Amino acid sequence: MAREAVPTSEGMQYLESVPRRVVTLYVPLFVFLFVLLFPFYWMGTTALKPNAELLSREGNPFWVANPTLEHFKHLIFETPYPDWMWNTIVVSVVSTFASLVASVLAAYAIERLRFHGSKQVGLGIFLAYLVPPSILFIPLATIVFKLGLFDTRWALILTYPTFLIPFCTWLLMGYFRSIPFELEECALIDGATRWQILVKIVLPLAVPGLISAGIFAFTLSWNEFIYALTFISSSEVKTVPVGVVTELVEGDVYHWGALMAGALLGSLPVAVMYSFFVEYYVSGMTGAVKE
Amino acid sequence: MKNWLDNRNVLGALFMVPAGALLLVFLTYPLGLGTWLGFTDAKIGRPGEWIGAENFEFLFGDSTARLSLFNTLFYTIVASILKFALGLWLALLLNKSLPFKAFLRAVVLLPFIVPTALSAIAFWWLYDAQFSIISWLLTKMGLIHQYIDFLGDPWNARFSVIAANIWRGVPFVAICLLAGLQTIAPSLYEAASLDGATPWQRFRFVTLPLLTPIIAVVMTFSVLFTFTDFQLIYVITRGGPLNATHLMATLSFQRAIPGGSLGEGAALATMMIPFLLAAILFSYFGLQRRKWQQGGKD
Repeated sequence: MAREAVPTSEGMQYLESVPRRVVTLYVPLFVFLFVLLFPFYWMGTTALKPNAELLSREGNPFWVANPTLEHFKHLIFETPYPDWMWNTIVVSVVSTFASLVASVLAAYAIERLRFHGSKQVGLGIFLAYLVPPSILFIPLATIVFKLGLFDTRWALILTYPTFLIPFCTWLLMGYFRSIPFELEECALIDGATRWQILVKIVLPLAVPGLISAGIFAFTLSWNEFIYALTFISSSEVKTVPVGVVTELVEGDVYHWGALMAGALLGSLPVAVMYSFFVEYYVSGMTGAVKE
Repeated sequence: MKNWLDNRNVLGALFMVPAGALLLVFLTYPLGLGTWLGFTDAKIGRPGEWIGAENFEFLFGDSTARLSLFNTLFYTIVASILKFALGLWLALLLNKSLPFKAFLRAVVLLPFIVPTALSAIAFWWLYDAQFSIISWLLTKMGLIHQYIDFLGDPWNARFSVIAANIWRGVPFVAICLLAGLQTIAPSLYEAASLDGATPWQRFRFVTLPLLTPIIAVVMTFSVLFTFTDFQLIYVITRGGPLNATHLMATLSFQRAIPGGSLGEGAALATMMIPFLLAAILFSYFGLQRRKWQQGGKD
């Protein structure tokens, strides 16, 4: 459902002189891009620099004189980093899929079945989306503890849907709304059940929406921090963001190389996924805001 | 059985079960439980007794809690205004005809999609007192003679974390506003130009009114997430120096989890709710009214 970009100022571009365009457009744009991307460049060079080079004030700091994979090696073989990676993958994938299933059913019920009170439920879902995790983590911690889920992956798999379901449902409601009612009516007349309609007609038409919601939900759960920090205490169950922040920082000596390598590797999966599905991601993000 | 499943109310309720159950158990119930905990003296491993508003009275008298309220408001207001201004500017730049537009848009959003905790570590390193590349650069350029103590001085630290927050938030604001800008018909600008409107007037009387509804929603989200921010502060400063960067969220974490006073932490978290509601109502209705004044619909 990528929106067609309207070439807004194409028609009036000739009114602007070239020098003016450079000053008002290219220079500020370059500054924006430089500031937005510099931290990534800096992460990359730091991760590749040997320790001696990191701590010396000689030479050009923007360049790596003797690139090394030492920090990555340390991270993969001498820390539980691979465990954290695996946990993050498991938690993100399972909670994303569970949320998608629940959201598809909920969105279809609210938007298409129009059951008694569906309007209020839809509004409730939107309000649930506005509840921030930082006011929920304390009571959730007591609940997780009582359920005996403390320090397990289940604690995260069950709590992440609290912010994934509202988002996905809201997004999918928008997509379902765009599917013509007539299609469903035809199928109903032909004797299809609601379930068949959902699986064979609505879902195939809503695939772009499902991808948008799935990608967005996956990055949201990959990036989650406060729940993972609160509900998990053993190193082998931690997720990447929490593991890097709590375990790679040892005492007063910061291993900047390993920290940056960890940050880079932890960002890579979402960055790669994002680069493949940019359009879906953007339409998911802006779609959720626009509705 | 079949007829029964054809009833939209029954089927609707059935379809709502997975989402509804999860949200009731892990969202609605904790929301209530959190408020209740705020009125108890619960500690980790000990269920609390009802103590009325004692936690709140204590927090009002607690200078750290008051400082965290000030920090949160300062952080939210400064960061949101700058995120809006810079985001709108970036969106306007990206809306012009540019080579590699799709690529540029994809790249701009990168800071928003990588895990905040991880990019915050990069900022921590950028702000390092001894090895900061920013200080290095400024020294080489001869602008400063001493490395800047980014995170050691209260006001420096406040502005440093605000800068990191802006870095992460601008792409979100810019890309959402860009999506809004792309829905404005070019013919409106052409008509305005023919009527002799200057670029500023075209922005003020065409772009801004048509963009207002999206601005309202985007800024509501932006303010909401900034006000309840946790990760950036936790990673970069842990609330220091001298609690100068403690937000209500980080302070409530510190009191409740490492500190063990669940009741006090929950009370702090509960105190954020009125501010959040006010922010939502203000930005939503405040800007909403503009919409029909301008003759927009829905």
